[in-house]
Amino acid sequence: MADYNEIISAFKNKPGGIIEAFHAIQKEYSYIPEEAVVAAADAFDMSKARAYGVATFYSYLKVGKRGKNVIRICESAPCHVAGADKVVAALEKELGIKMGETTGDGKFTLEFTECVGQCQATPVITINSVPYGDVTAEKVGEILAAYK
Amino acid sequence: MAQEMRIVLRNYGKIDPLKIEDYIGVGGYQSLAKAKGMGQSAVIDEVRKSNLRGRGGAGFNAGMKWGFSYNTPADQKYVVCNADEGEPGTYKDRIIMQNDPHTLLEGMAICGYAIGATKGFIYCRGEYPYVVDVLNTAIDQAKASGVLGDFDIEVRMGAGAYVCGEETALIESIEGHRGEPRFKPPFPGVAGLWGKPTVVNNVETFANVPVILEKGAEWFSSIGAAKYPGTKVFTLTGDVVNKTFFELPTDVTIRDVVFGMGGGVKDGKKLKAVQIGGTSGGFIPESLLDTQVDFDSMSAIGATLGSGAVFVMDEDTDLVDVIDRITKFFEHESCGKCAPCREGTKRMHEIVSKVNKGLATADDIALSERLGKVMTRACLCGLGQAAPAPLLTTLSHFRPEFNAKLG
Repeated sequence: MADYNEIISAFKNKPGGIIEAFHAIQKEYSYIPEEAVVAAADAFDMSKARAYGVATFYSYLKVGKRGKNVIRICESAPCHVAGADKVVAALEKELGIKMGETTGDGKFTLEFTECVGQCQATPVITINSVPYGDVTAEKVGEILAAYK
Repeated sequence: MAQEMRIVLRNYGKIDPLKIEDYIGVGGYQSLAKAKGMGQSAVIDEVRKSNLRGRGGAGFNAGMKWGFSYNTPADQKYVVCNADEGEPGTYKDRIIMQNDPHTLLEGMAICGYAIGATKGFIYCRGEYPYVVDVLNTAIDQAKASGVLGDFDIEVRMGAGAYVCGEETALIESIEGHRGEPRFKPPFPGVAGLWGKPTVVNNVETFANVPVILEKGAEWFSSIGAAKYPGTKVFTLTGDVVNKTFFELPTDVTIRDVVFGMGGGVKDGKKLKAVQIGGTSGGFIPESLLDTQVDFDSMSAIGATLGSGAVFVMDEDTDLVDVIDRITKFFEHESCGKCAPCREGTKRMHEIVSKVNKGLATADDIALSERLGKVMTRACLCGLGQAAPAPLLTTLSHFRPEFNAKLG
């Protein structure tokens, strides 16, 4: 795994590049370690509070540990009326955790998201940002199998 | 019956989006060359005369916007493409960028030439990393082949903040800050990214530009509705037979979209409501379906064209439950900068949830209506101003649904 300090230094000279740096760190770690926020504050010459304020403003970015595979379920209105709640129930049952939690082995985290722009195939989930459309409770096991 | 007319999606399915030769083969980048032969102010005049209006939702004349930046002297100017497409039910910009990225790059480069900018940014939502890859491939090819001249384009990723669809919040985000909207004026056209004159246009707006330059303002302005000419890409979601996208001239009616192209309500059910323009759009009852979809006709019925998302709900839909979900969305997406939105979205969700649970009284509904009116007037940006629209329009057209749930 690449060191977050190396990732940050690659974006250091890019104006406004702190968000790009956070994206790159998250791509590597699946989340942003707290210490990486501190390191970014230093590299981009801003207070820790400010860097933390940026990192936590954006719901796509997650500060603090989460699972290797991040499953996000869209709960915006089009997915809501298409039965997203049934998909939520199936995922919770399959993984034995509740929304917002991570499995004991650190492999999966379940999160809600707003619209991910794949509304031709509601309800939609994403796993590590890869979209899966027309998800049903029955399809959940099969989709997850590829990540287990 | 309404027919599809493809302007921004003219190359959809006809070219390989990852090959610049394909785009050049169908006349791509010739409009940019033509623009450079016309002169800057002539290009702006042409776009202004075409009456191309912003496809992101605000409907401002694109050529006029360009004119503000052209007329503001500065050592550096910027062209920014808003590809933050976060309006639930919308995926039109993704379709354009995935299938014809070069039309966006060409549109931006034409704008860059016209206003005197050498740098462009595409602010693409973080949920589309696979679109970012397509854009970066296209940019690399365009740079390598030299078609962009001295105009440079860089992709920046959004990170899941709906408010960054607001142009000044988007600019804050590119600068590496929290995406909180700025006070206006100054408008970005005069003082935008890093304080420099900046044109911010939507993906679909830019995608129209190469065709306008090729075929002329007169041709474009004769298509669709007179005051909002051209086409609009619609994305149909919810209880509709054809859950897909269409590009239609702007003089079609809502009925044409839902029942013509959309094939009507799924499973032979009756329609209850349509919400157009995304989650901030007004709810429209069957009786208003013969309204034309253009910006001004929609405004006249208290609805919006917005992003062109068309959310169809059948007779079984529990509208109070949908509004509960929508008010939760706005509570979550409010950036917190201004009090009317920060507090208002929270309280509005609280009240609607109470109605949805069967615990509210008529006084609660009256309070939510008053709160909505205050937010419409007092919120700093479009997010808070539009947030009450779904509730207020549902109360106008479907009040019995709320009354039926009172405790």
